[in-house]
Amino acid sequence: MQRIGVFVCWCGSNIAATVDVEAVAEALSHEPGVVFSANYQYMCSEAGQNLIKDAIRDHQLTGVVICSCSPRMHEQTFRKTAAAAGLNPYMVEIANIREQCSWIHKDKAAGTEKAIILGRAAVAKVHLNAPLVAGESPVTKRALVIGGGIAGIQTALDIADAGFEVDIVEKEPTIGGKMTQLDKTFPTLDCAACILTPKMVDCAQDERIHIYAYSEVEKVEGFVGNFTVTIKKKARFVDETKCTGCGLCTEKCPQKKVPNLFNLGLDTRRAIYIPFAQAVPKVATIDADYCNMLKNGKCGVCAKVCTAGAIDYKQTDQHIEEKYGAIVVATGYNPIKLDSFEEYAYAQSPDVVTSLEFERLTNAAGPTGGTLLRPSDGKHPHTIVFVQCVGSRDTSGCGKPYCSKICCMYTAKHAMLTRDKYPDTEVYVFYIDVRTPGKNFDEFYRRAVEEYGVHYIKGMVGKVAPQADGTLMVQASDLISNEQLHISADMVVLAAAIEPDKSARPLATMLTASMDTNDFFTEAHPKLRPVESPTAGIFLSGACQGPKDIPETVAQAGAAASKVIGLLSKNKLTGNPCVARSDEMLCNGCSSCEKVCPYGAISYEDKEFRMPNRTVAIRRVAKVNPAVCQGCGACTVACPSGAMDLLGFSNRQIMAEVDAICK
Amino acid sequence: MQVNEGFKPTIVAFCCNWCSYAGADLAGTNRLQYPADVKIIRVPCSCRVNPLFILRAFQRGADGVILCGCHPGDCHYTTGNYYARRRMTLLFSMLDYLGIERERTRVEWVSAAEGVKFAATMNDFVSTVTALGENKRLEDLRCKAN
Repeated sequence: MQRIGVFVCWCGSNIAATVDVEAVAEALSHEPGVVFSANYQYMCSEAGQNLIKDAIRDHQLTGVVICSCSPRMHEQTFRKTAAAAGLNPYMVEIANIREQCSWIHKDKAAGTEKAIILGRAAVAKVHLNAPLVAGESPVTKRALVIGGGIAGIQTALDIADAGFEVDIVEKEPTIGGKMTQLDKTFPTLDCAACILTPKMVDCAQDERIHIYAYSEVEKVEGFVGNFTVTIKKKARFVDETKCTGCGLCTEKCPQKKVPNLFNLGLDTRRAIYIPFAQAVPKVATIDADYCNMLKNGKCGVCAKVCTAGAIDYKQTDQHIEEKYGAIVVATGYNPIKLDSFEEYAYAQSPDVVTSLEFERLTNAAGPTGGTLLRPSDGKHPHTIVFVQCVGSRDTSGCGKPYCSKICCMYTAKHAMLTRDKYPDTEVYVFYIDVRTPGKNFDEFYRRAVEEYGVHYIKGMVGKVAPQADGTLMVQASDLISNEQLHISADMVVLAAAIEPDKSARPLATMLTASMDTNDFFTEAHPKLRPVESPTAGIFLSGACQGPKDIPETVAQAGAAASKVIGLLSKNKLTGNPCVARSDEMLCNGCSSCEKVCPYGAISYEDKEFRMPNRTVAIRRVAKVNPAVCQGCGACTVACPSGAMDLLGFSNRQIMAEVDAICK
Repeated sequence: MQVNEGFKPTIVAFCCNWCSYAGADLAGTNRLQYPADVKIIRVPCSCRVNPLFILRAFQRGADGVILCGCHPGDCHYTTGNYYARRRMTLLFSMLDYLGIERERTRVEWVSAAEGVKFAATMNDFVSTVTALGENKRLEDLRCKAN
């Protein structure tokens, strides 16, 4: 018989306001095996934990039930408390009477009754708990960063700086991500390339960092400390080791009409290309969709002009298998497609552009060499209208319900820079709210209004109508003066909402990392564990977790790196002891469990059994490798003879909970 | 359908640790109300739920049992919820054969971010089971005696 202690937490008034904690402690004290029962204001506080420790020692407790917040919150805390008092940490069970009781029931009588039942179920479970000891597994001291934008670059640099090897997998031919396409960065107006490209070069030069550019993650197996990842290195038809990046092929290629995706299709490039001058690695790539040689076998100009002999038309995709201890997701974002926003005439008029396209139009390395010209006729625009929240904070279903966070600031930047360079251009900004929380952000926005005379108008644009004379008629309402406005504009710039990269969803499935309804990765705890995924060994960096500007992304990248460094610094990892175990006396070696195990943790061995008539029988029985088993329990249900059970969540334990609840 | 006023059903909810249990926590954090008749049992994965647990619950007098797991494709253990879905399909057709109303059992996918869905699901399930009334079909009086 266990000697069980029950500890009911008030959580200040969080629990005590809707659950009679004293009545719960009193009721549970009469449960079989309960020798001690107490309630306290904050069980997780030092005094509360001391109360638990003292009770364990004074009453020789063999099991502990804490009625408190969710085990997802403080299970580890209370397990450590028990361990400090000499009790096996797995002899602690939590009854969740806060998130799943006090916070959701206003009726105190009903809440109290439910709390007692939940406590009773936990007591019934603890009766069947057994001390568990976690196994250990080694750690591969190498990290993988998926995505080579500013988030991935910063994470990789920080991890490498601590002395660990890092691989970056980037799907584009070069690292750098969205930041390479930006002109200036708010609120300091630093040149984006000037602050990013040195970091890209650092990545290339650091011998601990290996860049797999033009590559994708294909398969992920294993678990924290021991991931095996298959990386697909897409054929670029150029030998990376030979190409010097001279760029001669990109000038001589006769196929000139390829949309330049780096400039968002605003100009063209050749079929063989280097995305931009500072690309890392600076290696040419052949676009197989447009190359005449790859399509028809006729051309071969690039091979003829290449003095390094780097062109290889027969190159195929390579599949590389690597081992990692930790994986960082840094897949970033994209602006949404604006096809469903017909009112802004994005598809009809080339002079309606997204903010990222505007960024290229003002960039010295962009299609216009940094001079702001209308895409339709190459003339200088005299009136520009910026529209904010295009698809952001949109609950109509066309866009995204969330705030994209960065648009207010980059629009202020665009407006300010336009007025600075072209004082004769009138600039209007239509907004729902201007949101500028951040260091020196509001000051920046006020400068745009006060110093640069940008016209900020609260209201939404209803329609953008292309006119016969080439201008755009913008119909909008001014919500403050309650007037209808008609502005004849030369250009309209849409602050499109941002969404997670499309590669994130299949990647999340591969990593078994969870996502929210908008396909942003979920963090382990929204406040206290913001850079960890709930899946151990998977970390989050940058906009894959939610919309973020560059300073925040860099801060999060550093935080993710520090978590990875902490993990890789360990020589051994303590595993989860709640794994499956087979009772060899019951097992008949039918292989049902092996077939459902997603980890291949179950193997079979021939075992000798002494029979009653003094003969020896050899039988095939299942054996679980505890280092590989993740404790899902699929095998326990598949087993027809009831031989397979899950430690910590055994059949008898769950049945006991069911019985306690249904009593 | 008659409405059983005053009847408080006993409802067992099996929730997987990674998605639905976290979704239930989120419903709590957001103070979304649902009836206290729902009692949650935490399991590592929906595939840990043996059909026998559900039969046991009905034997012991549960009026409704709901199993919640990660959305298909999102299982923390990759395939667990697919096993759960198949097993429950079989079990539910057997329960149907035994004369247990189909509405007393349910499988729902609730992610860690869907606190609203969790509360809405529970509200709906509780009102459905309340309308059905007490479940005595499988109740084992020998179980009740001890």
